Amino acid sequence: MKFTLSWLKTHLDTDADLPTILKTLNAIGLEVEGVENPAEKLAGFRIAKVLTADKHPQADKLQVLTVDHGDGQPLQVVCGAPNARAGLVGVFGVEGAVVPSNGMVLKKTAIRGVESNGMMCSTRELELGDDHDGIIELSPDAPVGRVYADWAGLDDPVIDVSVTPNRQDCMGVRGIARDLAAAGLGTLNAIIVPTIAGVGPGPDVRTEDSEGCPAFFARTVRGVTNGASPDWMSRRLKAIGQKPISALVDITNYIMIDLGRPLHVYDMATLKGGLVARKGRSGEQVLALNGKTYAVDASMTVIADDEAVHDIGGIMGGEHSGAQDGTTDVLIECAYFTPERIAVTGQALALTSDARGRFERGVDPAFLDDGLSIATDLVVRLCGGSPSEATRAGTPPAALRTVAYAPDQCLALAGVEVPADQQKRILESLGFGVAGDAHSVEYQDGMPVSVPGHWTVTVPSWRRDVDGWPDIVEEVVRIVGLDHVPSTPLPRAPGVARPTATPEQLVERRVRRTAAARGLAEAINWSFLSEKEAAAVGGGDWTLANPISEDLKVMRPSLLPGLLSATKRNVDRSATSVRLFELGRRYFKQGERATVGFVLAGEKVARGWQTGKAQPFDAFDAKAEVIALLAAAGAPVGNLQSFGEASAAYHPGQSGTLRLGPKAVLAEYGVLHPNLARQFGLTGAVVAGEIFLDAIPAKRKSGALRAPYAPPPLQAVKRDFAFLVPDAVEADALVRAVRGADKKAIVDARLFDVFVGPGVEDGHKSLAIEVTLQPGEKSFSQEELEAISAAVVKAAAKLGATLRG
Amino acid sequence: MTDISALKAGLIADIEAADTLDALEALRVGAMGKSGVVTGLLKTLGPMSPEERLEKGPPIQDLRESVTAALTDRKAQLEQAALDARLASERVDMTLPADGGPQGSVHPVSQVMDELAEIFADLGFSVATGPEIEDDWHNFTALNIPETHPARAMHDTFYFPDETGRHEAAPAAEGPDQAGRKKMLLRTHTSPVQIRTMMTQAPPIRIIAPGRVYRSDSDATHTPMFHQIEGLVIDKGITLGHLKWTLETFLKAFFEREDIVLRLRPSYFPFTEPSVEVDVGYTLVNGQRIIGGDGDAAGGGWLEVLGSGMVNRRVIEACGLDPDEWQGFAFGTGVDRLAMLKYGMNDLRAFFDGDLRWLKHYGFSALDVPTLSGGVGA
Repeated sequence: MKFTLSWLKTHLDTDADLPTILKTLNAIGLEVEGVENPAEKLAGFRIAKVLTADKHPQADKLQVLTVDHGDGQPLQVVCGAPNARAGLVGVFGVEGAVVPSNGMVLKKTAIRGVESNGMMCSTRELELGDDHDGIIELSPDAPVGRVYADWAGLDDPVIDVSVTPNRQDCMGVRGIARDLAAAGLGTLNAIIVPTIAGVGPGPDVRTEDSEGCPAFFARTVRGVTNGASPDWMSRRLKAIGQKPISALVDITNYIMIDLGRPLHVYDMATLKGGLVARKGRSGEQVLALNGKTYAVDASMTVIADDEAVHDIGGIMGGEHSGAQDGTTDVLIECAYFTPERIAVTGQALALTSDARGRFERGVDPAFLDDGLSIATDLVVRLCGGSPSEATRAGTPPAALRTVAYAPDQCLALAGVEVPADQQKRILESLGFGVAGDAHSVEYQDGMPVSVPGHWTVTVPSWRRDVDGWPDIVEEVVRIVGLDHVPSTPLPRAPGVARPTATPEQLVERRVRRTAAARGLAEAINWSFLSEKEAAAVGGGDWTLANPISEDLKVMRPSLLPGLLSATKRNVDRSATSVRLFELGRRYFKQGERATVGFVLAGEKVARGWQTGKAQPFDAFDAKAEVIALLAAAGAPVGNLQSFGEASAAYHPGQSGTLRLGPKAVLAEYGVLHPNLARQFGLTGAVVAGEIFLDAIPAKRKSGALRAPYAPPPLQAVKRDFAFLVPDAVEADALVRAVRGADKKAIVDARLFDVFVGPGVEDGHKSLAIEVTLQPGEKSFSQEELEAISAAVVKAAAKLGATLRG
Repeated sequence: MTDISALKAGLIADIEAADTLDALEALRVGAMGKSGVVTGLLKTLGPMSPEERLEKGPPIQDLRESVTAALTDRKAQLEQAALDARLASERVDMTLPADGGPQGSVHPVSQVMDELAEIFADLGFSVATGPEIEDDWHNFTALNIPETHPARAMHDTFYFPDETGRHEAAPAAEGPDQAGRKKMLLRTHTSPVQIRTMMTQAPPIRIIAPGRVYRSDSDATHTPMFHQIEGLVIDKGITLGHLKWTLETFLKAFFEREDIVLRLRPSYFPFTEPSVEVDVGYTLVNGQRIIGGDGDAAGGGWLEVLGSGMVNRRVIEACGLDPDEWQGFAFGTGVDRLAMLKYGMNDLRAFFDGDLRWLKHYGFSALDVPTLSGGVGA
């Protein structure tokens, strides 16, 4: 919402300076988004008269002017404007002035060999308009030498405030003035509503949609002459970025901005019969003032005559029925449109307008008559003509609401003590009615006690947003100023501090920092993918109806695509080694699953003076990450079973899953399937993994005490076994079998060699396992060691393993 | 006698002159070996009478001891010299690089979330979470944002098609519901977690709710996905004054500066009343905005950092609590924005690009865990 300081002062009688006004606007909830004085950028431009104009000796299209800019020393200026001629009074930029449109600093120069001092300017150069066909022509009596901006009334700061959706009343300059007056910045001038001496019956207007348009007031003015609006009006409109069009149109815009009251003016010559506010009918279309055609339907309110729809009610008028240059008879519409209807219609048509912005916030329902009178009076004064009486179809919802309020509720909610009489003064200056006493007497134990009184606060018709006592507190506090609210410490919760993070968050933190400590960089990728990316990892359950782009459309079922895209971007920036991880959710019909994903791509070890050639990542690097991160997450890593059968995202022969039981998959990992890598433009070995944090069983809380433990007094003994096993036997199965051969004595079994080659028969492999035996109170005897060995060999034999000779 | 002392002097001189271990060994064998000179002299002692042995023995014994000692000393010297020589030959260029292993990092958003959790833990706030795929009741209606409210237009909401149906993780809302059907969307703020918390947890409540949120917006300061943190206090006798103190305490702790100046401006959010927007003062230092100082001072300014207010009675009611008994405040702010203000990034889009160079520069070491004792806290 933009307005100028002088405009504000038509409503507010104040001595306050601009900084005070700006600071107060912010303090009372009208956030200042910007302030600009157009005169500042026009400081070096003066009114000047062209004394002589001669053809440039070297150029056909240029003229050499002598210009009087008021200091008695005519200057020579080279000018290319076709309208430059002797006698013209225009705007002259002196040496040193900065041209607003392009930032050029004017200086003495030579153009085609002729000296030129300063510049005669066009409106576009001064950012006063779009005209660049010639230089500005002022009236011949404009005072030569005067600073143009002063003379033109441009020395008027333009203030832009952001009005929150609840404050329709401040969508007009008067509402802002009222708020400032309440805040102590002067007094609000009384509004003058002219009495219209209407002649003849009012126009034929009615409403058939009392829900969408409960009230439709109108007058006609016949015999008008539409032309340019007066200078004071067009100047203010221009200052705030509204393009003056014609007096009739400008009047409606002016009143909308001045008083927050949107109006519409119809050229009666274009209407067939009366005007009715009714629901749209399917198939109907309107060519709106913005040049676009809109299809309306029964959910929208329109204004139509006997033949056509002319207006999308409360949002935008029609192209055909608006006031034109030759318009002689007008109908002025001042209606009340229901905010909800306007909001729904505006959203459905994706059409915004100044009128919609006001109607959907809810205009003052008690201001239809006055608004219509003010508009009619302006039309008659500026354009002539004679007004009719008013037609008042329907009734606006103007019943006043009351709110029960006690002055001590301010302290209770806002924590600030504001004396009751001050509260009353504030409320009344904002237009509220206050009835009741500040204090009342109650009898406690038979003795009179003064207690805070109960008020009945009447809400002004323009404050649709106020409907409860907290609103009243809000009004009081914002005018008193939030800086008066005392900062009050929140009491500390009693007792011993408890953890405030959830167990899931604690797990996530540990996993995140473990991954970072292991050399992976944390990325945050979009939660959404393209359909193609989602399909490559099994397809997503959730597809947006209104994605911002096709690339960000499906909620991810896997963290891999995001990581792979990030990997590709890094590779394209010539990263040779990429280690990325992300901690986030995957989205399914059944819910959102906390997941860690990682990608390792490029060089695991760069070429080095010790290590020789660069080494790529392999599937076991992924497995190592998975196990380390699972351990950090508190998963029982020692009890996990290693399976194949990772998803189709992975190389079928170089990937696996880690499970707790056959169903509970905690993680999958491996070499990325070459097809998937190729889809993301990645070549070479890419390995990846995902850990499904929500599948990890929560650790049971067992207090601070650990199980008692003393290191065994006797040394552990190590024994090596080499087995020949069929290729199909998985190493993990053999190690588990060996470990389980004697649960008491065997504390660890570790595979340390895999061999295929001479001495190992075809279809077999040799697996060497180091078994750690822990004696109890006494050392193992030879017989015991032999028995354990026999048990190990027997357990392995069940898998088809034979001890290698 | 003189023969023996001459022999001793000669042998010791030879031993001291030996310059290799082999030469020394040859001398040892020549002197102390089976047929060595010293051994030969020692052998002469056997047949001697005790008197004669008493007379001739000591010089010979002395000879043996002196030669043995000289041999031992010289051997040690030669061995040390050999070791020194070997070590000298093993010298390598210690300026050659050692492989330090890969360097990982924690994303600044995660770091800031941990900082916030720590700061608010000190104030007694627990962390709460909720689904990102929400229904419109929790995201809008329960927060006093009805269907036609202009505030819904303030959020550029991502919706799912109507037939998508109900999210299993989102329990059926108990509040008023249009046509009994839920429109599913991506939450536009973390505020639905307020609703979920109030509906499931008995007051008093003090929570923060960090997480991803989504709006259909994209430029240098807006991305379709970003992070927010929500705060909620519901208790008896909570006022705007408590909100003010909490925000002051939190922002001072977060920016780790005592000179944080807040400007509170009345504003409007459907779910709070009164509503307050919070600006924090900054100072321009070398053209860069440094948080701290009075924004109204020369060269200063204000940056909007927070939206907040007293929880609207309708919201408390919608969650099944009695607004005459319980009242409180709520606030929300952008985590990415806080990170940018504190650590000086200027392009939000880079947060979600995964550029390793950016992550290395702006990321945090795994062991940089924000702690109260380490300096983050109220």
